[in-house]
Amino acid sequence: MSVDPVNFLAFLGMAIVTYVTRVAGLALAGRLNLSPRAQAAFDAIPPAVLVAVIAPSALATGWAETAAAAIAALAATRLPLLAVVAVGVVAVVAFRAVM
Amino acid sequence: MSTMRDDIRRGLSDIWPAAVAAAPIGLLFGAVAASKGLSPLEVFLMSAMVFAGGAQFAAVELWATPAPVAALVFSTLLINARHILMGASLAPKLQGFSRWQKFLGLYYMADENWALAEKRARTHSLTPAYWFAMVVPFVAGWLVNSTLGATIGAVLGDPKRLGADFAFTALFIALVAAFWKGRVTFWTVAAAGIASAVTYRLAGPPWHVAAGALCGLLAAWLAAGSEARAQAVAIEEAEA
Repeated sequence: MSVDPVNFLAFLGMAIVTYVTRVAGLALAGRLNLSPRAQAAFDAIPPAVLVAVIAPSALATGWAETAAAAIAALAATRLPLLAVVAVGVVAVVAFRAVM
Repeated sequence: MSTMRDDIRRGLSDIWPAAVAAAPIGLLFGAVAASKGLSPLEVFLMSAMVFAGGAQFAAVELWATPAPVAALVFSTLLINARHILMGASLAPKLQGFSRWQKFLGLYYMADENWALAEKRARTHSLTPAYWFAMVVPFVAGWLVNSTLGATIGAVLGDPKRLGADFAFTALFIALVAAFWKGRVTFWTVAAAGIASAVTYRLAGPPWHVAAGALCGLLAAWLAAGSEARAQAVAIEEAEA
């Protein structure tokens, strides 16, 4: 079992920026006053990043993946997290078989 | 006045449903990380050092050999930027914590234990006993499950055969639904998705993450502005 030095460097960088975001609040407490627009942009960070990460897989890989992503999105409006994952995985296997 | 023992018991009983829900996610994360060539020890290290589910899934999706360090760090920073606001909200409630308890305790602040602590702080003073009773089993569960997932995943072989390569696309779609706040989120998702896919085709990875995320934020900023104006106009009309 090995640890690649470049991988370790990546873990370290990820750990440092994550820790900075977690303790930055200690310095900011009571001083942060965002405008409603800035607040909306800040709130949009998680969905924007999540979508930006998966868009190539969902939109630029093939029709099977795009169709499965659409079905997963539909499932996400009613089902819990793990059920959505199960629906998406089953859908992609089925679509790959027929497309 | 609650005793330390009461606070520990309360912390444990508050966190266990979240820890159970996170278990399969940890297994899935480990398995997908293994499919990208990370060893179980590397998965353990990443989980212990970073401890941020969403950012770790995103990182594994971007992972290549050699690791694109700058892209990984940038994506992690973007995804975890929400912690800044979470921490700013929690900080005034940590009066019972010593300086080092704050700096140690916040290392493992996640969405789940943050939300539970905020809830607890509404009715009780937040104690280090409560916080660490929540954090220790939650972190331990993530470490055990992600490492176990990596060990099992390496044995299962090519995840594409089982559709497992699509698992985190589906997981992220489910997570986006959890962050859904109506019209502004719709424009965020549409702009981020299109900009990312187009950038991926034209410039290739890892630029699609930054391009997609920034276009998503811009769309949210624009959509929120027009919403605020629409409300202002509605109020003016109502008053006139």
